[in-house]
Amino acid sequence: MTTYIIRRLIMMIPILFGISVISFAIMYAAPGKPTVMDLDPDISVEAREAQMERLGLNDPPHIQYINWMSNVVKGDFGTSFTKKQPVRDMIADRLPNTLILMIFSTILAVIIAIPFGVLSATKQYSKLDYGVTITSFLGLATPNFWLGLMLIMLFSVQLGWTPVGGVSTLGGEFNLLDRLHHLILPAIVLATADMAGLTRYTRSSMLEVINQDYIRTARAKGFREKTVIYKHGLRNALIPIITIFGLMLPTFIGGSVIVEQLFSWPGIGHLFISATFERDYPVIMAITMFGAVLTVIGNLIADILYAVLDPRIEY
Amino acid sequence: MGKPELNLPNEKGEKRIEQTLGKRRSLLSIIVAKFLQNKLAVFGLIMLTIIVGTALLAPWIAPHDPDFQNLRNRLAAPSGEFLLGTDHLGRDILSRLLYGGRVSLFVGFVAMVGAVTIGTTVGAVAGYFGGLVDAFLMRLVDIIISFPNIFLLITLVAVLEPSLDKLIMVFAFLSWTGTARLVRGEFLTLKKREFVLAARTIGMSNTKIIFGQILPSAMGPVIVAATLAVGGFILAESALSFLGLGVQPPTSTWGNMLTYSQSVTIFRTAWWYPTFPGVMILLTVLSFNFVGDGLRDALDPRVIEK
Repeated sequence: MTTYIIRRLIMMIPILFGISVISFAIMYAAPGKPTVMDLDPDISVEAREAQMERLGLNDPPHIQYINWMSNVVKGDFGTSFTKKQPVRDMIADRLPNTLILMIFSTILAVIIAIPFGVLSATKQYSKLDYGVTITSFLGLATPNFWLGLMLIMLFSVQLGWTPVGGVSTLGGEFNLLDRLHHLILPAIVLATADMAGLTRYTRSSMLEVINQDYIRTARAKGFREKTVIYKHGLRNALIPIITIFGLMLPTFIGGSVIVEQLFSWPGIGHLFISATFERDYPVIMAITMFGAVLTVIGNLIADILYAVLDPRIEY
Repeated sequence: MGKPELNLPNEKGEKRIEQTLGKRRSLLSIIVAKFLQNKLAVFGLIMLTIIVGTALLAPWIAPHDPDFQNLRNRLAAPSGEFLLGTDHLGRDILSRLLYGGRVSLFVGFVAMVGAVTIGTTVGAVAGYFGGLVDAFLMRLVDIIISFPNIFLLITLVAVLEPSLDKLIMVFAFLSWTGTARLVRGEFLTLKKREFVLAARTIGMSNTKIIFGQILPSAMGPVIVAATLAVGGFILAESALSFLGLGVQPPTSTWGNMLTYSQSVTIFRTAWWYPTFPGVMILLTVLSFNFVGDGLRDALDPRVIEK
């Protein structure tokens, strides 16, 4: 087991290296050397050259990469071009908002998707099963941002039940109910991004388990159907489902970009989009790297969890 | 060529040829029959025919000029003249949807062809040659898959200045990895089969074996993945265009039509404007997914006809 984890960790090194090279290459190849915007337009050519030299922009690419990378390893992603703030602080400011949104929508997705997936499997080919299947097909085909638009139109504007955007009422004191009120719509929209997939996944995982011998044994022993399904069936079906969470992480980070933009939710995704429009490369690269590293870690956790939870797998 | 049965000279062998040929014909008819049994897949196919057909025929069937602005008629409700209403510049939404569909579908199809071509080639080469080539190509796949797609997409599109052709290229270059893994897996098993050995024995070149012999047998899963990919690209295009990072106005797509519908006034008074473009995306992607799923079951020999 330990050797497996160590081997998996070593395998991450070339992947992380590749990710950093691609991130750097995009920034390096970006048209219109971004740092020039940083400078005073009235500045003389000599002074600009001196500035470029000081910032290391005249160095060959591999030197620039090494300098950039050694700072990144120390957690220093440079300074934002437009906001003049350290990128690390900008991300740290907005990370809690994104995390709250992600955690809340994960809970929402799980408490809806898993029961429906189980019911759909235990009552295979029933009306409920068809209903769940059709709904998840619809969910997979619905553009997430459009679902958000429709919910805002219906619940925020037409009915006036929920706020149009933001994390809290402006100028108000901290109020948990107010926060939840603002959270509910974005969380629903982000949750639906994964709900359909999670339901389908639970259903097929459960179907596989139900046909196993030990389920028949449990039934033969005379256990109640509920005990058989939930205690013997679901516990085993959950193994592949738990690992799916590691793989869901990137979709959540990706989904948050659009949801945060739609609901003016001041998180990482919102920061990313505004940085894109302002061509604020240090911010763009930091968030891309951050997302990629999280994805790699998510995959790692998924693999390790799978190995830990399923004793049949040998390494 | 390369099929060992064909080289058997005796009577028994000829019989076998007939059997194989007969089986072939019925295999296709089995696939068609299996597909037609799936009601959702047939529904998807009919919907797609209508959607693609109306988009292609847009110049002849669109009731209005999609770019004709009539500020007196802003945000007009659906009526006999404007079946799906008008937008914030008084343009006919139905006509814009028909024309926008041409662009959205075009992006989906071309990006799919690009991604599937790259993915199939890389997967075939990796699976066929194995060893270092395989290890290198698969690590490359691991790296590209590790980026949350949307970040890299948005970054690349923003760095390159958004336009239709760049959008398609970025889609194709970031989305071939799934197909590559799929094709590699197929090749790993297929390359050990007798017909490949036979082809090698008669001195066929690697290129011919890969593309002429093995690839046709590996096409089933690729066709399924390609069908599902078109829907995925249409979704991605609509999201990027909605954010203002995809196809730029005045070219209309289903995604960027929604960008300008995002206002409280429109939400309050003109529900049809943000609703219909989304419904078009939903129906199109849904149809592609239905057809893809139907093809998967129809092409999978393990799924038996009911």
